[in-house]
Amino acid sequence: MEASKVIHAIYTDDDILMSAVKKVKAERHHIEEIYTPFPVHGLDKAMGLAPTRIAITSFMYGLVGLTVAIVMMNFIMIEDWPQNIGGKPSFSYLENMPAFVPIMFELTVFFAAHLMVITFYLRSKMWPFKKAENPDPRTTDDHFLMEVAVHGNEIELAGLLKETGAVEVNLIDKAH
Amino acid sequence: MYTFSNKLKTFSIVLMVLGLLGVGYGFMTSHKSFEEVEHLIATEEAHHGGGHSEATDHSAPSHDAHETNDSHGDMAHGQVDEHQKHVEHVQHQIANRPWAALYVAAFFFMMIALGVLAFYAIQIASQAGWSPVLFRVMEGITAYLLPGAIIVVLVALASHFIGHDNLFIWMNPEVTNPESAHYDKLIAGKSGWLNVVSFTIRAAIFIGGWSFYRWISRKYSIAQDTAEDNSNFIKAFRWSAGFLVFFIYTESMMSWDWVMSVDPHWFSTLFGWYVFASMFVSGITVIALITIYLKSRGFLDFVNANHLHDVAKFMFAMSIFWTYLWFSQFMLIWYSNIPEEVTYFVSRFNDYKLPFLGMVVLNFVFPILMLMNADYKRIPWFVVLTGLVILLGHYIDVFNMIMPATVGDRWFIGIPEMSSILLFAGLFIFVVFTALTKAPLLVKRYPFKKESEEFHY
Repeated sequence: MEASKVIHAIYTDDDILMSAVKKVKAERHHIEEIYTPFPVHGLDKAMGLAPTRIAITSFMYGLVGLTVAIVMMNFIMIEDWPQNIGGKPSFSYLENMPAFVPIMFELTVFFAAHLMVITFYLRSKMWPFKKAENPDPRTTDDHFLMEVAVHGNEIELAGLLKETGAVEVNLIDKAH
Repeated sequence: MYTFSNKLKTFSIVLMVLGLLGVGYGFMTSHKSFEEVEHLIATEEAHHGGGHSEATDHSAPSHDAHETNDSHGDMAHGQVDEHQKHVEHVQHQIANRPWAALYVAAFFFMMIALGVLAFYAIQIASQAGWSPVLFRVMEGITAYLLPGAIIVVLVALASHFIGHDNLFIWMNPEVTNPESAHYDKLIAGKSGWLNVVSFTIRAAIFIGGWSFYRWISRKYSIAQDTAEDNSNFIKAFRWSAGFLVFFIYTESMMSWDWVMSVDPHWFSTLFGWYVFASMFVSGITVIALITIYLKSRGFLDFVNANHLHDVAKFMFAMSIFWTYLWFSQFMLIWYSNIPEEVTYFVSRFNDYKLPFLGMVVLNFVFPILMLMNADYKRIPWFVVLTGLVILLGHYIDVFNMIMPATVGDRWFIGIPEMSSILLFAGLFIFVVFTALTKAPLLVKRYPFKKESEEFHY
C-alpha cells in the first residue's frame, strides 16, 4: 500500500544509511524506497528484499536459444536441402553436429544475454525518454535518500530518522 | 593440528593391499601364449557369430586354399602370416593391459597433485584473498606430487626395461633400426626427442623443478607462521610467479612425453592445454573434497560456505574450460578429417564409444547442471556428489588417452584397472593425510589470512 504521505530522510554516508535501515526495520516502519548514487552492498538484505530471479529467466532464455539453433540447422542443413558440402555427413543432425556446435553455443549465449537484459529493462521499467523518478538530484551524486511511509506517526518517525543520523528529514505529500 | 585418524589410515592401507593384489593378479593373467590367444579369438568369434570380420576374413580363405590347387599355396601362406600377425597383435594388447591400467591410475593421481600445485602457485602469485585458509590443504595434497610423479616415470621405464615396451612403442630399439622388420620411419624421424635417455632426463627436470617449488613454497609458508615480517611471503610470491612460467612449459612437454607419445604417429598442438585442464579441474575438485572431509571432522572451522562456493565455482568453470579444449581438439580434427590426424579419434570412436562420449556427460553436462545454481554450490553433499562424478570423468579421460594406443579394442574396466585405482587411491590418501598432520591447518601471519577468514561472497 502506497502511503499518501512519506518522509524523505537524507544521509551522506552509506554506512550510516545501513545502520539506519536496520534501525527503521527494527522499529517496524515500512521503507518505501531507497535512492543511492551507487550500489551499497548488503542493502537489499538489510531491507529484506526478495532475491532476484533474473538468473533463472536467463537460463530459460538460453534453453530457448539452444532450441532455436538446433531446430533451425536441422531444418536447413538436414531436412530441407541436405547437400553434400565438402563431404560433411548431412544424413542426420547427430552425424554433422560438431559443425553446428559453435552456432548452438553462440545462439544460446545471444538469447540468454539479450533477453535477460530486455527482461531487466521491462521489470525495472526503463526505456528511452522515460521520465526520471528521482526525488532529489543529489542522490545521483553523493547523497542517500530513504523514503518511509507515514501513517499519522510523523513526529515520532521524524525523530527516529533524525536519531539515525539523517542530515535532512522532509515530510512530502504525495497526494497530488 | 590434524591427526590422521586410525580408521582412515587403516582404510588407505587396505586399499593399497587390495590394489597390490589386484595389480599382481593383472600381471599374472596377462601373459598368454600364442595358442591361448588363438583359442581366445576363436571362441570370441563363435560367440559373436563371426562379428569379428577381420579375423574371419583370414581364417576362411586359408581353408579354401588348401583344398584347391598349389598355385594358391602362396596366398594361403600369406593368410597364415596375416593370422599369425593378428594373434600376435592381440597377444601384445592383452599383455599391455595391466601396464596401461597401472599407468592410467598412476598418472591420474599424479596429475591431481600437479594440478593442485599449479592452483596453489596461482593463488599466491595472484594474491588471492579468499583462499589462504585452504593453503595447508593444498600443500597436503601436493605432497603426493614427488612420489606420484616418480611412480609414473618408473612405470613408463619399467614397461621398457622389464616389460616388452608395453606402453610406448617408440621405446623399442627395433623401430628406429632401418635393418629391422619393425622399422618405423615416422618414429625414427622423431627419435631425436623420443628416446629413452632424453625421456628420462626430461622427466628428471620436470619432477625436479616441480618438487623444488613445492618444497620451497612449503618452507616459506611454514616459516611465515613464526616470522616477524612478510619477507617469506614476498619470496614465496616470487617463486610462485617463476614457477608458473616453468610449469606451463614443463607441463606441456610432460603431456607430450608421458601421454601423447603413446600414439607416436599422432600429434596435436593444444594437447598440453587439454591435459592441463583435466589436471586442474581434478585438482580443484580434490581440494573441495578434502576440505569438506576435514571440515566435517571439525578441523577446518575457519572454512565457511563461501570458501566452498568459490572452490565449486572453479570446479564449474574449469569443467567448462576442459570441455572447450576437448571439443576444440575433437572438432578441428573431425572437421578437416586429415587421415594422419583423424585416426586418433576414429579408433576412439569405434572402440571406445561409451567412455569417449560418456566422459563428456560426466565432465560437462553433469557439472554444468549441478553447479550452475549459486545455492547448490554451497551445499557440501552436492559438491561432493558432483566432485566424485568429475573425478570419475577425468579418470576416464586419462583412460581414453592411454588405452586405445596400448590395448586397443581389448579394453575393459575390470580387476587390473580397478585395483590400480585402489592402489594409488590408498597411497594418495596415505601420503596426503600424513602430510596434513605435519603443520597446523591454518596459516598464521599470512598477509591475507584475516581477509580470507572473513571472506564472504
